[in-house]
Amino acid sequence: MSNADFKTRLQNWLPKLVLSPSLLLMLVFVYGFIAFSVYLSFTDSRLLPSFGLVGWENYSKLWRLSHWKISLTNMGIFAFLYIGICTFIGLGLAIFLDQKIRAEGMLRTIYLYPMALSFIVTGTAWKWFLDPGIGLENVLQSWGWSSFEFDWIKDRNYAIYTVVLAAVWQTSGFVMAMFLAGLRGIDNEILKAAQMDGASNWNLYRRIIIPQLRPAFLSAFVILSHLAIKTFDLVIALTGGGPGRATELPATFMYSYTFSRNQMGIGAASATIMLMTIAAIMVPYLYAELREKK
Amino acid sequence: MSYAKQDTAIRTGRAVRIIIYLVLLLFALFYLLPLYVMLVNSVKPLHEITGGGMMNLPSGFTLEPWVKAWKSAQIGVEPTGLSPYFVNSIKMVVPAVVISTILGALNGYVLTKWQFKYHKIVFGLMLFACFIPFQIVLIPMAKMLGLLGIAGSTSGLALVHIVYGLGFTTLYFRNYYAVFPTELVRAAQIDGAGFFKIFWRILLPSSGPIAVVSIIWQFTNIWNDFLFGASFADANSQPMTVALNNLVQASHGVKEYNVHFAGAILAALPTLLVYVVAGRYFVRGLMAGSVKG
Amino acid sequence: MRRFLKTNMAIALLMTAASAQAEDVEVLHWWTSGGEAAALNVLKEDLESQGIGWTDMPVAGGGGEQAMTVLRARVTAGNAPTAVQGLGFDIVDWAKQGALANLNEVAAKEGWDKVVPEALQKFAKVDGRWVSAPVNVHSTNWVWANKIVLDENNIEVPTTWEEFTAAMDTLKAAGITPIAHGGQPWQEATVFDGVSMSVLGPDKYKAAFIDLDESVLGGPEMKEAFDRMAVIRANVDDNFSGRDWNLATAMVINGEAGFQMMGDWAKGEFLNADKVPGEDFVCIRFPGTSEQVIFNADQFMMFDQGGAVSKEQSALASAILSPSFQSAFNVVKGSVPARTDVSDEAFDKCGKKGIADLAAAAETGNLFGSTAHGHANPAGVKNAIYDVVTAHFNGEYDSETAVMELVDAVSIAK
Repeated sequence: MSNADFKTRLQNWLPKLVLSPSLLLMLVFVYGFIAFSVYLSFTDSRLLPSFGLVGWENYSKLWRLSHWKISLTNMGIFAFLYIGICTFIGLGLAIFLDQKIRAEGMLRTIYLYPMALSFIVTGTAWKWFLDPGIGLENVLQSWGWSSFEFDWIKDRNYAIYTVVLAAVWQTSGFVMAMFLAGLRGIDNEILKAAQMDGASNWNLYRRIIIPQLRPAFLSAFVILSHLAIKTFDLVIALTGGGPGRATELPATFMYSYTFSRNQMGIGAASATIMLMTIAAIMVPYLYAELREKK
Repeated sequence: MSYAKQDTAIRTGRAVRIIIYLVLLLFALFYLLPLYVMLVNSVKPLHEITGGGMMNLPSGFTLEPWVKAWKSAQIGVEPTGLSPYFVNSIKMVVPAVVISTILGALNGYVLTKWQFKYHKIVFGLMLFACFIPFQIVLIPMAKMLGLLGIAGSTSGLALVHIVYGLGFTTLYFRNYYAVFPTELVRAAQIDGAGFFKIFWRILLPSSGPIAVVSIIWQFTNIWNDFLFGASFADANSQPMTVALNNLVQASHGVKEYNVHFAGAILAALPTLLVYVVAGRYFVRGLMAGSVKG
Repeated sequence: MRRFLKTNMAIALLMTAASAQAEDVEVLHWWTSGGEAAALNVLKEDLESQGIGWTDMPVAGGGGEQAMTVLRARVTAGNAPTAVQGLGFDIVDWAKQGALANLNEVAAKEGWDKVVPEALQKFAKVDGRWVSAPVNVHSTNWVWANKIVLDENNIEVPTTWEEFTAAMDTLKAAGITPIAHGGQPWQEATVFDGVSMSVLGPDKYKAAFIDLDESVLGGPEMKEAFDRMAVIRANVDDNFSGRDWNLATAMVINGEAGFQMMGDWAKGEFLNADKVPGEDFVCIRFPGTSEQVIFNADQFMMFDQGGAVSKEQSALASAILSPSFQSAFNVVKGSVPARTDVSDEAFDKCGKKGIADLAAAAETGNLFGSTAHGHANPAGVKNAIYDVVTAHFNGEYDSETAVMELVDAVSIAK
């Protein structure tokens, strides 16, 4: 083999060679571990992994637990509201910020900064703020609005909405940044042409601008749904899953069964179901996304 | 290319503009409120906090909680404050962010400019990996780190963060490079430039905005991570968040809320700084990359 | 920048040097609050005087849950700490995994069998092997009351459930919150410890929560226990949910509330507020449980470091069980010593009562593990009971449903 020949071959292989460490890491640390976790869900693992197979027992136990059903229902409510509200606020703020606002840079930083904070302690700040005894209710009442009531965090029918509120606070600014970026990328000439034709601002947004933001919507959806599924610290810091079990989510359920309750088998079963749900939502989306582009 | 230019063609009337400013300011208040609560309570003596009046300005201003959180708060058996853990976090975050960003950039480059038969599947696999809930990987990861002989070390922690950040960095760079003109790459190829030379000379110089996005994203996530830091660090590599948690979650005894809030703000300062300094590039980067088709 | 790097490297080198030292014990624990950590420092200094270094590995959160997660990762990685703070069934579980060292030699030399109460030995000595060193004995069936509030309302210290409900009614009528409570599952379960003991009595408590006998778990007394929980629920303030236990204690200290049912760690809050036991506040057993002691104990498990117990581990274990440390630590912590032969001289009134109660209960077979704190049944069952108790307390179930759910939940978790 001549030297030049070797060089061309190397050039052909180089891209794959460069990609392979990452791919290998993914296969082992993500897909290998997923397989391991699925396997565990069929075993009698408790404190540590053990390998006695028990069939579907963990799954049947899982579905008998009211705890699990509560966390699934909560996930539905939480994900729907969280994704919806973040998208709405993010888009709204982005459109408003795009109107040649003075001090835009400062406002943008203010909207974005919550992403930088960890919930280990902002959770405490929120907890106080929402607490009727010392927070908003108390403050407004002491300012003379004596009929004001805001005790959602203490009410098991409403507590999940306070989790939504704090989660929206954390990420809606980030979504705003994504939409703002999308808006800044839109060609002004089209808008000017439409304005010539007498289109109102409302129609400009509805007909021309928002449809062009489709990629931003999709990215926002991916980021938000990933955050929604992983929501964990927030619940632990804000409500600890309470009042009662009113704000349990699948992630807290799984952690609790795997690590606090020494029922690793059931924890693994819940993880498997979570992963399947994620796959059911994401795979069609990924498929469509990747096929569309050349 | 000119990025975040501020001129939209939309024109608005005076009344509408007033409403817009009002809404924007209201939201600014909403976002600032928890920070206000934390700041104002971090400079009060403890009895003022436990006496109620969360929103009140301090009547006896003191910086002592900040000094205490940094230097002398009880984290473990010794009152060390948060300062020793700061170094641990830096030693973990910097290599993890740098390596995952470089790998992400290379992956993005290969996946867009050197496509091969299954490149879409490979990308799909990497993207789906972003969604794995971290709680399920703890045990197998621990086993793996043990086998590799890097359990409880800073390099082990960095490896974990690199692995679970790769999906995101690859996504950002792939989308960014996807709109980068492939003709330039082909032309360079014809001129005889190799794989790395093209990357170095042609793509990298214009990767600034997306690198900022990737760095901000990774830095924030890794700096704020608690679960991995608590599980895979040992006494000499515990990061800041674990120390902060020890400060805040102390099981029994008086809770010094003012010190907790001061500590929380201290722990968040690096990420806040990154956002304030690099924030403007962030929107540009997002615009140039990840939200485009 | 260069200087920064240099310092960094110097620190890194120092750290490797420190960890390479052979004679260190690495201790994983969750005692990070001021008093406890300071008390633990006594232990550290004791070891250091023997030339043994202490590598501190604190992980706080969830009453040790976070630390247990970390422990699992460490053991899986083959990198177990030397000594780990542990509670009740967790210790038994780890011993059954074969992960713990055998301390029999030092135990025999120092005569632990004779001085540690038998009920406690069940969690320190597994299959005939000492595997951990008990630090203290906490008790959960305490009621903390503001004496001044009681006196002002002419309330005698209640000794029966009826007197207790009467006292609650009086306080309510006087506009004082009868019971200070924090709405977190473990706190509700802590209250349930005393309440269920008061209804069931010692034998049935054991049958229900230790032997998990379904006929008692689903029996009529259990419904009565839940009914009493409902009475307590009716006597807490509106704002109880999610409150930390020490804030509830503060309500009693400030006279906003009359009573709090909480373990003896609450005492530290009163002392920190310069309150004197017997004058400003009183510590009583939950009405109807004056002879029983429901306990939970902190211990340090020694992890197997390749066969034998290391010299450092036996030194640590021996230091933990030394009467001087037991006394010094427990005075701070609010608990009582884990060995019955320690002088009560240094303890305050409540501490002295705790020591006497423990000795009497151990003598008469009235010492039982706490359901709420993992000393009656394993973690899975414990948490299943939390679920039901907390759901009932928050109005999700009535008492009848709660009893049914309790049987069901325990059977799933067993």
